[in-house]
Amino acid sequence: MSSIWEYANPKKFIETTDRILPALAVLTGVALLLGLIWGFFLTPDDFRQGSTVKIVFLHVPSALMAINAWLMMLVASLIWIVRRHHVSALAARAAAPVGLVMTMIALLTGAIWGQPMWGTWWAWDPRLTSFLILFLFYLGYIALWAAIENDDTAADLTAILCLVGSVFALLSRYAVNFWNQGLHQGASLSVKSGERMDMTYKLPLYVCMAGFVLLFVVLVLIRTGTEIRARRMRVLLARERMGA
Amino acid sequence: MMPDLGKYAEAVLSSYALSIMLIAGLVAVSLIRARRVRKELQGIERKAKTNG
Repeated sequence: MSSIWEYANPKKFIETTDRILPALAVLTGVALLLGLIWGFFLTPDDFRQGSTVKIVFLHVPSALMAINAWLMMLVASLIWIVRRHHVSALAARAAAPVGLVMTMIALLTGAIWGQPMWGTWWAWDPRLTSFLILFLFYLGYIALWAAIENDDTAADLTAILCLVGSVFALLSRYAVNFWNQGLHQGASLSVKSGERMDMTYKLPLYVCMAGFVLLFVVLVLIRTGTEIRARRMRVLLARERMGA
Repeated sequence: MMPDLGKYAEAVLSSYALSIMLIAGLVAVSLIRARRVRKELQGIERKAKTNG
């Protein structure tokens, strides 16, 4: 049986991702279109929230991915720290802009939804605030990668930043439970009894969540491949300069 | 058949428009950079091979 560490070989990683990406991209498109069309066109208005309930199909999946993208970066950073596989450091770098956009979507749709429901675009509520801090961490992480020329040093420092930022990624998820205050409700979906959401909304929401997870995977694979190629390019150019 | 979004039409439509724009932008930037880097690397590798 082949080991997962085989994919730490950049050549093997690119060969494998080039093979599976077309099918994954099609699956992503189908899941996103199906989920969003189902959610937008075929779900009824909520008795309290009216048609704004349709924002849930963007807000919840993007918030889910905003947190999970950072957790994926954390795992990749730990692999870099422990095993020094370049592909894992580059995968963390590749995931950051995707996580940043997901966080932006969660914040923007949350503000747009909050205005008619809470009467305000923004409140210094624990969940909203921890999401804003997560957004700033994403910016800092991307800026740090861009600011340091040496790839290994950049990977080391961003891995440390990622460890620190993980506290806020977790806080974003559990802030409502830690501090029982603020405007934001608890989890929309839960395995515990006393579900808050009707199946009419839950099914298209699951499809949208699957679509966002797939979108994240596809984009991270594409972008990691690009980072691997860009790194090889830098190595070849440096070699050329030394030979000249 | 556009659903009747009532008084919240602006909020719902702007949420969808903004999100779709951001996702489309991210996908476009990722694909354009992937194509450019792939092309540049091919050029550099070809040159490196020619120079031995």
